[in-house]
Amino acid sequence: MLALPRLLMLLFGYIFLYGPIAILVAMSFNASKLVTVWGGFSTRWYAALLDDNAMLQAAEVSLEAAALSASLATLLGLCAAVSLARFGSFRTRTLFFSALYAPLALPEVVLGLALLSAFVAFGLNRGFITLVIGHATFTMCYATVALLAALRGCDPAQEEAAMDLGATPLQAFVLVVLPAIAPALASAFLMAFALSLDDLVIASFTTGPGATTLPMRIYSQVRLGVTPQVNAISSLLLAFVGAMLILSALILRKRENRT
Amino acid sequence: MSRLSLGKRLVLAAPYLWISAFFIAPMALIFKISLSQPVEARPPYEPLFSLADGPSLWREKLQRLGFETYRALLDDPLYIDSYLSSLTIAAISTLLTLVVAYPFALAIARSPRYLRPLLLGLAMAPFWTSFLIRVYAWIALLKDEGIINHVLMALHVIDAPLGLYATNTAVVIGIVYSYLPFMLLPLYSALEGQDPSLREAAADLGASPAQVFCRVTLPLSRRGVFAGCLLVFIPAVGEFVIPDLLGGSETLMIGRTLWNEFFSNRDWPMSSAVAVLLLALLIVPLLIAERLRLRAEGEA
Repeated sequence: MLALPRLLMLLFGYIFLYGPIAILVAMSFNASKLVTVWGGFSTRWYAALLDDNAMLQAAEVSLEAAALSASLATLLGLCAAVSLARFGSFRTRTLFFSALYAPLALPEVVLGLALLSAFVAFGLNRGFITLVIGHATFTMCYATVALLAALRGCDPAQEEAAMDLGATPLQAFVLVVLPAIAPALASAFLMAFALSLDDLVIASFTTGPGATTLPMRIYSQVRLGVTPQVNAISSLLLAFVGAMLILSALILRKRENRT
Repeated sequence: MSRLSLGKRLVLAAPYLWISAFFIAPMALIFKISLSQPVEARPPYEPLFSLADGPSLWREKLQRLGFETYRALLDDPLYIDSYLSSLTIAAISTLLTLVVAYPFALAIARSPRYLRPLLLGLAMAPFWTSFLIRVYAWIALLKDEGIINHVLMALHVIDAPLGLYATNTAVVIGIVYSYLPFMLLPLYSALEGQDPSLREAAADLGASPAQVFCRVTLPLSRRGVFAGCLLVFIPAVGEFVIPDLLGGSETLMIGRTLWNEFFSNRDWPMSSAVAVLLLALLIVPLLIAERLRLRAEGEA
């Protein structure tokens, strides 16, 4: 491809991707109450956020649920990935494998409905706990994919060497494999965290009174109309996820420089 | 097939039990609920089978086991129209996403090697930021008093607002925007892996740039095209957030219908039946996706 069309295409692509986000952030600093007309620079909507207790509480619920469910998802994903990468074939491996991957392709409304039906059938009251279970279930699949790729990339001969030198399988795993896949563990956790923080549909089905998440809160505000305050909380969330992304990119980069 | 040691079995048991309790069982459960009758109770459906019933009651219940919900679903044009309109909107959006993503992926893949990871990372980053917020951002752009209409009217391109917001067109734009990264990644990997000498050979043999593209580049990237289209089409069919926020009252999509059936009408058997038929509808593309994934895994 020639240089000029290529540059134009890149320019067009990034403007399409980042333009709407940039406008959203810019409008959060708008003094006017309208989201579409510029009325001067102001941080009043950020100040207003601090007084919005419902929003702050929802943010707290979301962060806690994301931290808990991402930890669970990373742990379960690690067990699943180790089983798939290192245990050879076992009975019902295909079922296990498909059940792990299926939620990735399933419409969220279906998964949310299924989880809710199960919670009711199990007699679990909907609330924070069921929210965490729901999020851990769907983010675990993403964590498994990331960790499986990392485990496939590290040579089993290293573990075997450790065991030949007298390490137990557990020691070989903790001392050899875990350090090797540490960056993948970190990125699996961050991915699960970001997905949980972002989710509206599964949260709406699985949570109960008292555990309204930030996306649910934003959604109910958006349904009432577009306001600069929604832009302000959105911008904060974007900044937060952006910082996490940069962090994970730096971790991966440090890793690459070392090897 | 070997027997696993105790330690290995414990490691396997944790995710296995989790996925059985919170994925396999729930999926079986919505199938079961879809066959039962709605009742005024909590949970609001008639329980089908329980171990406590005993054989005689099982037989009686088996006879009452009904596909009435499915019959009602197929008789009501709302559901059929929702399915058809979901498929249409998803198909149009998938094609448009491909049209936008292909030159973009090509431009990244043909950039200098040291720039590619950065360019790809920048293109993929929005995928990690909130989906809801990215869809919300388009409301302010598409509204009649929104930015797109303002700019176009100021430039005298149009005289009156386009009236895009709350239409199916807005939903398509929202899907293209939100799912672009899903399309971009497989296209990029297919294009980046191509050997440039193939194109040079074609050019040396007298092919014009357009011919090189149509007869070398495009055919060699068909796997990426296929994978990308599946990755966009499958979730787009069941999408809820985009049709709900950008669509109008006439926008029918099955994810939204299911949501309303559940949260507004509280009809559990019907929403379960809608979910089961949605899966039935997606089963062919899902199986193809599974095939592709297994093949990719075999190569890895």
